Amino acid sequence: MDFEVVIGLEVHLQLATKSKIFCSSSASFGGEPNEYIDPVTFGLPGALPVLNYKVLEYGIKMGLALNCEINRFNRFARKHYFYPDLPKGYQISQFEEPLCERGRLDLFINGGWRSIGIKRIHMEEDAGKNIHDSRTGSSLIDLNRAGVGLLEIVSEPDIRSPEEAGFYLKAVRQIARYLEISDGNMEEGSLRCDANISLRPAGTLQFGTRTEIKNLNSFKNVEKALEYEIARQHKILKEGGKVVQETMTFDTSNLTTRPLRSKEESSDYRYFPDPDLPPLVLEESLIESIRQELPSLPNERLKTLTEGFGLSEYDALVLTAEKASVDFFQAVFDVCNNAKLASNWITSELFGRLNKEGKELKDSPITALALGQLISLITDEVISGKMAKSVFDEMYETGESPDKIVEKKGLRQLDNEDDLLKLITKILDANVDQLATYFGGKDRVFGFFVGEVMKETKGSANPKKVNELLKREIEKRR
Amino acid sequence: MVKKDISSRELTEKALKDIEKNSNLNAFITLCADDALKAANEADNLRAKGDTRPLLGVPIAVKDMILTKGVKTTAASKILSNYIPPYDATVVRKLKTAGAIIIGKTNMDEFAMGSSNEHSFFGPVKNPWDTKLVSGGSSGGSAVSVAARLTPFALGTDTGGSIRQPASLCGVVGIKPTYGRVSRYGVVAYASSLDQVGVFARSVEECALLTETISGKDEFDSTSVDITPVGEIKFGIKGLRIGIPKEYFTEALDPIVNSLVSEALNNLRSLGATLVPISLPHTDLALAAYYVIAPAEASSNLARYDGIRYGIREEAEDLFSLYANTREAGFGSEVKRRIIIGTYVLSSGYYDAYYKKAQQVRRLIQNDFLDVFKNSCDVIAAPVSPFPAWKLGEKVSDPLKMYLSDILTIPVNLAGLPGMSIPCGFTSDRLPVGFQLIGKPFDEKTLYQVGATYQKETNFHKELPPGVEDGF
Repeated sequence: MDFEVVIGLEVHLQLATKSKIFCSSSASFGGEPNEYIDPVTFGLPGALPVLNYKVLEYGIKMGLALNCEINRFNRFARKHYFYPDLPKGYQISQFEEPLCERGRLDLFINGGWRSIGIKRIHMEEDAGKNIHDSRTGSSLIDLNRAGVGLLEIVSEPDIRSPEEAGFYLKAVRQIARYLEISDGNMEEGSLRCDANISLRPAGTLQFGTRTEIKNLNSFKNVEKALEYEIARQHKILKEGGKVVQETMTFDTSNLTTRPLRSKEESSDYRYFPDPDLPPLVLEESLIESIRQELPSLPNERLKTLTEGFGLSEYDALVLTAEKASVDFFQAVFDVCNNAKLASNWITSELFGRLNKEGKELKDSPITALALGQLISLITDEVISGKMAKSVFDEMYETGESPDKIVEKKGLRQLDNEDDLLKLITKILDANVDQLATYFGGKDRVFGFFVGEVMKETKGSANPKKVNELLKREIEKRR
Repeated sequence: MVKKDISSRELTEKALKDIEKNSNLNAFITLCADDALKAANEADNLRAKGDTRPLLGVPIAVKDMILTKGVKTTAASKILSNYIPPYDATVVRKLKTAGAIIIGKTNMDEFAMGSSNEHSFFGPVKNPWDTKLVSGGSSGGSAVSVAARLTPFALGTDTGGSIRQPASLCGVVGIKPTYGRVSRYGVVAYASSLDQVGVFARSVEECALLTETISGKDEFDSTSVDITPVGEIKFGIKGLRIGIPKEYFTEALDPIVNSLVSEALNNLRSLGATLVPISLPHTDLALAAYYVIAPAEASSNLARYDGIRYGIREEAEDLFSLYANTREAGFGSEVKRRIIIGTYVLSSGYYDAYYKKAQQVRRLIQNDFLDVFKNSCDVIAAPVSPFPAWKLGEKVSDPLKMYLSDILTIPVNLAGLPGMSIPCGFTSDRLPVGFQLIGKPFDEKTLYQVGATYQKETNFHKELPPGVEDGF
């Protein structure tokens, strides 16, 4: 029997706000252990949460970007469980009234579009970290991360393969980065993922029993864990067994999943509305003003590049991967007005050079303006494409403008008509015999005259102009 | 002090001495003698330079539910018996800014859960009118501090009557302001949607002064509200409509309480007010709703006392046992009872039947009040406690009997309204009884107006427990 894979992802996105979600402590990554704490973070008696409205704004941005409905009535709820990294004994989250619901993320996968439903997005606070010190046998707690704002983004069970899960996750990160609400860095834990997965006989509608794999912390692990879990469930079902609903963890040392806790211990979180935080009633005007501020998003820009500028899908995907790249492209285009050349110079020359040096676009010594000017020099035939490469290298090394480099090195093409005419007249005068041969029908002698001009100008003459003028002057003498 | 009859230093020394002398009342858990005397010296210096702020150099007792930086704050619980907070509650900061002197931390029922002050890790508080009787609770220490004139003022907290009830049982004025008027930041949370800091004093006017000092929107408390100060108290209640809710005068009311409160109402009528019979039909549901909502919130608020970061810790072999042992050893029986009730009512499968239902009842009770304020009256008058102070130990083993003592104060918390208890007479055993004024949301001004007008005509608030002198 064939089985269909059904996957839903829960993504935790750590928000890049300056301060935490309910207090003024820094939300920075790193820091000395317990450097970013205060009465609220530490869960001291009497401490009260006060919402950082940046978190709300970022949540609305993400909701709009994922085509969600934004709930006008919002409430925070307490989710209870005991753990040392959870100072209050409850996490402030949202339960019955999440910020966003019923959204959609369209993925461009292998040349086609796939639509993944977004069930809900809600705001919550992060927990701290428990560190076990094997030297002393003691458990240590670092609360720097506790209280940092998170968005939990829950997909519908619309994902059908580990590969699709990878695309979905990357698209979520890409959008978060476009919105500049999170760096989406999985290694530093600012993007984390839980995966729900089940198998069902192909063609049936009812879901199979699912398992949940917790805390997947890299794109690779998401795909590897799902692949392993699919194989495991597949084997059970093929042999007529039953999948047990349980929470799993992915062991990266042997790339297998194993149960984290059994169903019997499944927690009752005893959610109830947090009485310390009054309900948030969102004004239409707030949502509208945030909508107005939204940047144009990856899919839209992908379409602009392919349909508007005629770039290849491949180039367009490379350019839109990061907002900085496509913004850079747009800025280069605005100067040179040539999309094809702009794309080529960015994706092959500039990215090639940056990659080689392990640098990012923001570290580029060549600005978009300068690259645009360089491309303009080519299209205006001031320099040849071949010369442009050496100018590019010089720009990369020195950060100087292309004009300056061309001027300094005398690379400017000779295209002054008077100067060229003088030279051509001189050459024609001096080569009467060759001219006669040409008139005798040997067309290739024309090349001899071009070569003479180039020789005299040390290659800086504008070849197109030279051709034009030579033809005209020779005909005059026929 | 303005007249320079007495210095703040002398006043503070006297207060410290009186507290020491009356240690049998067990009103205080911690005294801040050194800091208080230092602050008193500073206050005297400032006054010499012409500073005339009304609370400058005045000693104030603070319920041990309210955090004081560097001074042990226990909530009368073993679990916090070693806890020294690193920050001041907003109300304490405001008091210090006003020049007041924090003289000590008063005894209370553990985590404010109780109506008799017998549920304290530090032992019961005794009533200065008769030391065999309870002070009422949970802010018993604060009520007694003012009743025995150990301090002229005290701060308390009121979640279901914890200021008004002991004020009534001890013969002082106590106000629970409208929910949101006073910041809860730095106040140990019992039931967050009901908790409110309030004030004990000898007179309504003094109560108003101190309440104004601690009021106002606080950026650290999202539930605090920006409300313009009350300003001057108006005297005279001619034409004011005072609602008398029939549900508050049932046979459950002790006849002596009934007759003393009725006398106060007659007095108000003779001062020109109109007494309007009103009905608050959902009153009988209030106690049940309260004992779902308050324990639910308490079970959540008290989850942080886990022995990990502060407070006492009972070491154990594993994490779960550390939690269990610490909380088993750290919490008293009433607190445990409420945590268990609260955990139960929030459990999946029971939430709708209990917590959600209780919230619906709460809304009905709120609407009862808003309806009569809209249609019938400007303020409500009622009894505070159904009975005067009772014997220590009499109700402590019967929670239901104990809970009934708050039956007339709880609806006000559920509705978030301002409520005030004002002394209105004595039983034949010379035990004080108070009556309650309940106002519209944020209309403390009318409570002050009625209360101050009443006190101008009566002297019950000036009477003193046996052996007590008023040195303030």
